[in-house]
Amino acid sequence: KRRRLTMADILLGVTGKDYVLLAADRSAARSIIVFKNDEDKILELDSHKLMATSGPQGDRTNFGEYIQRNLQLYNLANSVPLSTHGAANFARRELAEALRRSPWQVNSLIAGFDKKGPSLYYMDYMASMHKVDKAAHGYGAYFTLSVMDRYCVKDMSLEEGLSVLKKCIHELQTRFLLKCNSFILKVVDKDGTRIIDMDGNTVEPPKPKTFNKSDDSDSKADE
Amino acid sequence: ENLNETSSSKNPQLAMSGRRYDGRTTTFSPEGRLYQVEYAMECISHAGACTGILTKDGVVLAAEKKVQSKLLDQEHNGAPSDVSSEKMFKIDDHIAVSVAGLTSDANILINHARIVAQQHTFTFQEPMPVEQLIQTMCDLKQVYTQYGGQRPFGVSFLYAGWDPHCGFQLYHSDPSGNYNAWKATAIGGANDATTISLLKQEYKEDLTIDDAILLAIKVLSKSLDTTTLTPEKLEFSVLKPGQQATEAKFHILTPKEVTEYLDRAKAIREKEEAQKKKEEEEKGKK
Repeated sequence: KRRRLTMADILLGVTGKDYVLLAADRSAARSIIVFKNDEDKILELDSHKLMATSGPQGDRTNFGEYIQRNLQLYNLANSVPLSTHGAANFARRELAEALRRSPWQVNSLIAGFDKKGPSLYYMDYMASMHKVDKAAHGYGAYFTLSVMDRYCVKDMSLEEGLSVLKKCIHELQTRFLLKCNSFILKVVDKDGTRIIDMDGNTVEPPKPKTFNKSDDSDSKADE
Repeated sequence: ENLNETSSSKNPQLAMSGRRYDGRTTTFSPEGRLYQVEYAMECISHAGACTGILTKDGVVLAAEKKVQSKLLDQEHNGAPSDVSSEKMFKIDDHIAVSVAGLTSDANILINHARIVAQQHTFTFQEPMPVEQLIQTMCDLKQVYTQYGGQRPFGVSFLYAGWDPHCGFQLYHSDPSGNYNAWKATAIGGANDATTISLLKQEYKEDLTIDDAILLAIKVLSKSLDTTTLTPEKLEFSVLKPGQQATEAKFHILTPKEVTEYLDRAKAIREKEEAQKKKEEEEKGKK
């Protein structure tokens, strides 16, 4: 039952020649209720690191933000940034220490670009971690890993990586029971992290909702 | 240099006013000084001198031994150590220190540094960046200048380190908890200011490890004011690249290796003196 709580979120990751591409589905739901369809499950840990998380909303955001805040602190306290390897192992250590006390049920994919180039780390909720070239978590993995195995090659360009991801998403939309209409795609390369669409174009990050009466369309309800 | 001028041993008047405010570390004097910290640094000037030189392919640490005797088992019964000696200590594969001051105080700080370095590797699965380790050591030293009523550590360190971010590095920290990065510096002994000014003249950016060891011998012989140097009097260690590009190796020179360098330095010095003598004779002739 513990495992199933982390299964419904779809997380995909693919490494190319000089980038790592992460994709996550955008729905936040539990049991038969969908809370929202525009959830962003990929956190920017720092300028050149991404972490995609899956699991119950509370654990997912709490663990993600905890790692994110600690990495920000590291960057401020020390003159050198942490490598992707270091950051991933730090996250793993936190998960592992908590495992036999008050565990987080969070599967994650950590992607980063540093001196050693692009790297992707697959970590499951029991804190087993491995450096990989392609990865997927949850039910989505059953459908997409075979697609990745078939179409991924070494040193892919961003276009090639995106085409593999498109095939994966198509597979999910055809064969997976749960509706997965929208995905958020983020890429990290030497220039940092950015949100992209299916064609590789950079997308502006969604603006946070404001609370001014004038630009909120629900203001009429208040009146 | 400032501290040497105003230290109590050279300025009796200040010593008088110091006596009122020097009882506790946690008290400033009216001039805004922490006497206990300054006395700690005075203690270090009674210790054996240490020199550190940074080169592009490694760091050299040299030290004057205080306990000199033929009876000393330097070679550990035939098993020379690359972990510790009288003045040099390995903290992790990529960081080592040389000590000037109370060795017993130094041991506490070195144990702490070793644990901190391993804890970092445990959490991040990679070696700790050198400057971070020094910051934690200095943060610990600072505590004893502000809280608790316990005396500061009577030790200065020269740190030799390597990491992928900044390459080879040389640092110095003192009992106040301040640290700086250096290309070449000296601590301990009565003449560290002389040694530093000598280093300023002789240091070059493109030294090799070999050159640096010979330079260290040169400056130490001047500051110790002796030309008869033996492995019993001096200790050398080197932090240089390891087998792989991402590694460093720490090695404390064996007495045999030290003798080789001392002989070479002696030969160079004699050659220079002969050359000088020749030039003066020719000048005299003219």
